[in-house]
Formats: sequence, structure tokens, C-alpha cells
Amino acid sequence: MADTLTIVIVEHDKERALAIVDSLRETGDHSIHVLAETSGLARSVAKLAPDVVLIDVANPSRDTIEQLAVASGPTERPVAFFVDRSDAQLTKTAIEAGVSAYVVDGLQNDRIKPVLDAAIARFQYFQRMRTELETAKRALEERKVIDRAKGLLMKVRGISEEEAYALLRKTAMDQGKRVIDVATALVTAADLLS
Amino acid sequence: MSLLPISAGFIPLVDAAPLIVAKELGFAEEEGLDLTLEKAPSWSTLRDMLVFGQIQAAHMLSTVPVASALGLLGGLPRLNALSVMSVNGTVFGISQAMAAKLEASGYGFDFADAQSAGRALATLPRPLRIGVPFALSMHAELVTLWLTRMGLTQPEDFQIQAVPPPLMAQAIGNGDLDAFCVGEPWGSVSVEISAGALLLPGSAIWSAAPEKVLAAREDWTEENPETVARLMRAVWRAGNWLSRPGHLTMLAELLSDEKYLGVSPEVLDRALSGRFMINSAGDLRQTTNFMTFWDEGATFPWKSQAAWIGQQLAQRFGLNVETSADAAKTVFRSDLYRENLGPLGADLPLASLKTEGSLAQTTEVPTVSGSMILGRNRFFDGKIYDPNA
Repeated sequence: MADTLTIVIVEHDKERALAIVDSLRETGDHSIHVLAETSGLARSVAKLAPDVVLIDVANPSRDTIEQLAVASGPTERPVAFFVDRSDAQLTKTAIEAGVSAYVVDGLQNDRIKPVLDAAIARFQYFQRMRTELETAKRALEERKVIDRAKGLLMKVRGISEEEAYALLRKTAMDQGKRVIDVATALVTAADLLS
Repeated sequence: MSLLPISAGFIPLVDAAPLIVAKELGFAEEEGLDLTLEKAPSWSTLRDMLVFGQIQAAHMLSTVPVASALGLLGGLPRLNALSVMSVNGTVFGISQAMAAKLEASGYGFDFADAQSAGRALATLPRPLRIGVPFALSMHAELVTLWLTRMGLTQPEDFQIQAVPPPLMAQAIGNGDLDAFCVGEPWGSVSVEISAGALLLPGSAIWSAAPEKVLAAREDWTEENPETVARLMRAVWRAGNWLSRPGHLTMLAELLSDEKYLGVSPEVLDRALSGRFMINSAGDLRQTTNFMTFWDEGATFPWKSQAAWIGQQLAQRFGLNVETSADAAKTVFRSDLYRENLGPLGADLPLASLKTEGSLAQTTEVPTVSGSMILGRNRFFDGKIYDPNA
């Protein structure tokens, strides 16, 4: 089949790799290989002679893949940047989404674009997940600090939990700060004084 | 005065120090810059961040701007070297298995002489698999030059592979590589984890190799002359601070922070002092001028350095040597260096080209306003590169 591409995904996280494979499968009947090992990576990639290599921009092994892009030995298959002059915007979007792609020289854009679009969408999803996870984690940590601050106020001033929170909120509003900042200051001060 | 925001990227290496010091010790702020530093996971990603505008400047391999001028970056825009951030600072090492063979044959591990080290390497099983951090790097150029002139050929006798610096020690440890050339602290880290032994400082191959440059996109450089001037001044003044031996202990502490290198100050101190532990038996070797940030005209972006890199890359990738050397000169911005750092008192040589490899010792040369001292500039085999020839 003319539209079948050989694609290599360099990714050591199994779940992420499977998610990428699933996305790419929707774009055609491609032959997809996942490489997880950093050991002997260049050799493994070269052996598969892929049309496309996809790798997370945060993966330090990018520099190993990049070597294949500049290698010009007689037996080595050249892998050009898909950073083709024609489509810098696509490359930029990919890099911002966190994926870099290497594409064999001469491959037509219309064959490659669906694959790259799918990869970009998948990586954007990963990024969203990570941001959400970080936000959730931060919210949890902030709640812990606020709870401690409330506890301190309840103990020292003999007030209820609701009153303690109201006091924190009022102080924050008066000072033009966030509740978490006031709570952190209070907890820090209490630690210093104890 | 509100500060001008600018972000710059770096790779966790000792020679990223000028940028880190420019930020941490306030040199950037004194120039009116709010400098944000971004740690990059690889040279490819650092280059892409620069090319696609996520950062405006970077701690970059001196070879990369030259490669951009030669069209070796796959059509990416041209990068400029605004100044040289460091001269030398790499080590060449071998796996413990190879070191044991050399020891058995009576090799002295002087950590100095590239001729005898080269002869010793030639006795090892071939092909030698040698790791460098990036395909387009001074490391790759120095190793290729050295071993080729020692009579070894690629790929029969040696093969060069790109391995990210933080993974280099591990690749040596599990037998994927026989030898490596890498920037500090990663060579010393390989000794620390008992994977490798150090054979030579990179300076033993070329004592004046421009290693890292302060790089920016050419179009951004043209469009933002004032920001460029401020950044160049901040980094140059940081280099001046780095040139005082009394500051090195503090520097090692600063660099060891998790957000920068995350390696213990004791290990970082080896590159800064030139006193190396070369193997896990604890043998020590002292080397001079292991890495230069500022002294002896180190920061000047000589067009002859660019031409040298250009002709090396041209030979490796089958390009026209003469036109490549000329194209390379255009990305080392000695013009901007003169314009922006001259007023600060930086030494400005009369010409921006010099012969490379022709100074057997530090030498006084005339400048625009007096004279300056140039560091020793020798290739291991005494050959000279004349950019005008």
C-alpha cells in the first residue's frame, strides 16, 4: 500500500507509547515500532530505516537521533529534518507541543502531514494532562497550608474554623494578596516562633 | 527603571557558567535585563528553542552557528556567535576495560601528551566506539582531527556516536562505548561512578579551541541591537568575574544547584581548578588552562576560529572547503564584539583573523589601543591553520 509508512517512536514510557501508536493507527496502516532503550539507539533506528522518527523534545536522546539526520556515510540512510522550508509553522507547533519529528528526505508533505498532525494532537493532550496534574497537585498543597493556618488561628484566638477562614480571607483582601500567601506567611512565622 | 525581559537557554555543563553568573550575580540586571534561564535537555532542543523563538539567546556549541551558515541545519535560520563563552573545557576518556588494557601495556596516563595517548589508543581493539555529545560539535572535530592525523581512519578504526552528556557515563559503564569526549563535569562523573578513566584534556589536542559561544538568531540580532549589546556586556562582565581564582569556590557552589548542574561542588571543582582525578583508583593530574572563560582574549569571536570550524565541517560533509570557510566567517560577529565591548575596555585586536595553532606560548600582540596577551595556541602535532592561505 502506497500510504504505508515505517514510523519509529522513541519513548520509554509504555502507556504514552501505546497512546501515540493508537493515534497514528487512525491515520493509516503504518508499520510502527516503539524503541525504549537508549542503549544502541542509533543502530536500532538505522536498522529499521524508518520514514519518520518521533521523539519527545524533552528526551535527551534526541541528540542521538539527530546524528542520523546529519550522517552522510555511504551505507547510512539520510534522515532529513521534516523542518522543511515549506512548513516552518508545522514544525513550530510540533516543538511547542513537545514532539520533534525526523522525516526521510523526499517524502511528500501530503503523506506525512496526517501522521504529524496526529502526533502533535497526542502530545498536546499529554501536555494538557501534565498541566492539569500539576494544577491539581498545587491546589492540594495549598489546601494543606491553608488548613494549617486555620488550625493555628483556631488554637491561638479560640475561634471556629469558619471564622478562621474568614479572617484569612479578609486579611488577604485588605493586603491585596491571595489567601494562600497570607496562610504561608502565617505558617512560616509560626514555625519561626515555635 | 523597568527591566527588559530576555530568556537564554543552556545545557547543564560547567562552561554554561558565564550565563549563570550573569544572572545570579546581577550582571544582567545591572545592564537592565531581566534574564530568565532555561535548562535544555539536549543540544537539538536548545537549538530548536532558539530557532523558534522560545528563547532569544543560548549557550551554544561553537560549531552550530557555523553549521547554520553552511546549510547543515536542514534549512533552519542562521545563528550568530556574539562572543566566545569558553575556550576548551572538555576531556577525552576511555572505558575501564580499555584503561586496564593500556595500563597492562605500561602506558603512563600523563593526561597531557596527545601523541603518546594516540599511539596508545591505536593498540586497542578496533573499531573504537567513541561518544561525543552532538554530531556537530567541537568534540567531534577534535577527535576526528586527532585520530585522523594519528593515522586512524573512519569507520574501520574508530566510529563517532552522539550520546547526551548526562548519559555518557552510563553508556561507558554498560559497554556501549569504548571512549568518549565530553564537557565537564560529565567526564569526572564517569570517573566517580567507576565507569571511565580520563586520558586527555581537550586542550591537549588544540590548546585554543573555541568551545561554547553566546548565540542568537541572526535576524533577532539585527532587529534588537540594544538588547544584544546589553546581553553581550552582561556575559562579558560575568566572564571577567569568573577569571578571578578567588571566585571559584563560590562558583562551584552556585553551579551545583539542582536548577543548574545538580552535581556536587567537589566534582565541579576539578574542571575549575584543572586538578583531575583521572581514575577510580584516585590518581590525580594537574593541568593548566583546562578551560578559559575570559583571560587571554578568550571572549573574542575570531573569524579565523569560524573559518577553521567551517573547513573541518566542509571536509566531513563533502562541501567546498574554501567557500565554507568564507561562509563560516560571517556568523562569528567580531564586528558586534568591537562595537559593544570596546567601550567597556575589552581588548580589540587589530585584525579579526589570525593564524590558528602558531603560538607556542602566551604572546603579547598589538591592539587598537595598546597590547593584549593571547593564550598559547597549538595543535598537538604543531600544524598551523592559516585562514588566508
